Amino acid sequence: MQFGIFTVGDVTTDPTTGEAPSEYERIKAMVRIALKAEEVGLDVFATGEHHNPPFVPSSPTTMLGYIAAQTSKIILSTSTTLITTNDPVKIAEDFAMLQHLADGRVDLMMGRGNTGPVYPWFGQDIRQGIPLAIENYHLLHRLWREDVVSWSGKFRTPLQEFTSTPRPLDGVPPFVWHGSIRSPEIAEQAAYYGDGFFANHIFWPKEHFQALINLYRERYEHYGHGKADQAIVGLGGQVFLRPKSQDAVREFRPYFDNAPVYGHGPSLEEFTEQTPLTVGSPQEVIDKTLTFREHFGDYQRQLFLMDHAGLPLKTVLEQLDLLGEHVIPVLRKELDSLRPAHVPEAPTHASLRSEVTV
Amino acid sequence: MTTIAVVTAGLSQPSSTRLLADKLALSTRSVLPDAKIEVIELRDLAVEVTKNMLTGFPSPALRAAIDKVTAADGLIAVTPVFTASYSGLFKSFFDVLDQKALDGKPVLIGATGGTERHSLVLDFALRPLFAYLRAEPVATAVYAASSDWASPGDLDTRASRAGREFAARLSSEGTAAAPDSGFVPFEQLLAGG
Repeated sequence: MQFGIFTVGDVTTDPTTGEAPSEYERIKAMVRIALKAEEVGLDVFATGEHHNPPFVPSSPTTMLGYIAAQTSKIILSTSTTLITTNDPVKIAEDFAMLQHLADGRVDLMMGRGNTGPVYPWFGQDIRQGIPLAIENYHLLHRLWREDVVSWSGKFRTPLQEFTSTPRPLDGVPPFVWHGSIRSPEIAEQAAYYGDGFFANHIFWPKEHFQALINLYRERYEHYGHGKADQAIVGLGGQVFLRPKSQDAVREFRPYFDNAPVYGHGPSLEEFTEQTPLTVGSPQEVIDKTLTFREHFGDYQRQLFLMDHAGLPLKTVLEQLDLLGEHVIPVLRKELDSLRPAHVPEAPTHASLRSEVTV
Repeated sequence: MTTIAVVTAGLSQPSSTRLLADKLALSTRSVLPDAKIEVIELRDLAVEVTKNMLTGFPSPALRAAIDKVTAADGLIAVTPVFTASYSGLFKSFFDVLDQKALDGKPVLIGATGGTERHSLVLDFALRPLFAYLRAEPVATAVYAASSDWASPGDLDTRASRAGREFAARLSSEGTAAAPDSGFVPFEQLLAGG
């Protein structure tokens, strides 16, 4: 079982102080958070890709490369990489380069991006979102697996006997997760390739994602990659922790009430009841996270959103200490002991490399 | 058994919009005595509808109402006229429904207002809304102005005609077709949809 954090990289005014970090401060804070994640024993750090304010992470491989140089164990990933508006040739090259520099500690999550205005900035059209995701990923998949690729498609110029460089480290392409909020096409795509499927999960009730994950599992089996319960599932989660529950609720409430994504809507209590958000003690986080397995089956990766809505860096780092010390070890033990032997771990560079050499 | 969801967007209690909704339900039931009727008062869900707008998902109470409307064989939808159209609450409820929830569903539409001047709202506002949602509004829609409540004879005639048309549609079609799941196998996606 892998545990980690995923950040969206928003620059948001702290509602308790009225102050917002500069872009420089926020970018450096994200790096600090990633280093802390490794320090407290998490397995994964994932950063978003955004091209519009108030978000800063427009260049994930630059950031992840910088983090790779300062870490040695943590897997570096994305949440998400836009398969619609990025050229698949550039993705193939950027992430293969990162993979070499990070000694294989790289995987990535594909997403479509859901804001219309972003598409034309990169020469694309949101109405083609799904066809772009399908065609671009298919090309990317080939570029990482075939040394010489001739290809033609609808959305970019043809390739003639093209070799993307560097080749993936050890001949092992980075493992890919497909993130989706509501598109069955993407669950189907993940199943077709036998890739991972990541359900963001955090802002909606579980029923919303159960349908997608069940579809993915069923189709994973249909395409012959294994049994439905062996499919590779990742889930998002969102927590705010303090040793005492009341302190967590009191401290997080102003951030919740003013958060860009759900502020001024339901109460903290209602939202906690209806979505995976947990605000409370480490034990409450453990209890709630264990229910995810009951709802979605045994899964391989759990990412938490910890640093958004204007929370100060100091608070985020304290959160990571609590998570690493009091939550993850218990969850890891519990979930590993509950998982049947035939359900695999999430693939890593090492496990994929051993499959290639066998 | 035929199920009919009644969505009423009246704000006062008692509400003339609710009164018209009940009248339309009653005239439908006089033709289909076994029909099961479930009334959804949007007033009770006003805050929940707004929260859904902000978060993208419904609370359990709103979920239950949405499920009733989605599963019903037919829909009676009645709104007060506000500023030349249906009320914002009425529109918001249909905004948070799944786009396919009303596919092929017979709908009896009604509206209430202070004067007869607004009666065309049925045809220039409500009918296009349900056409967009691929629902099937019946030919007769019913508008009730304040004066209609003073001398209800004519209103009763219109309501019973609308009820008969609606009931005929419900009994001829049985249950509404299941919405299209939109699932496309991957080979087809890869070939360009």
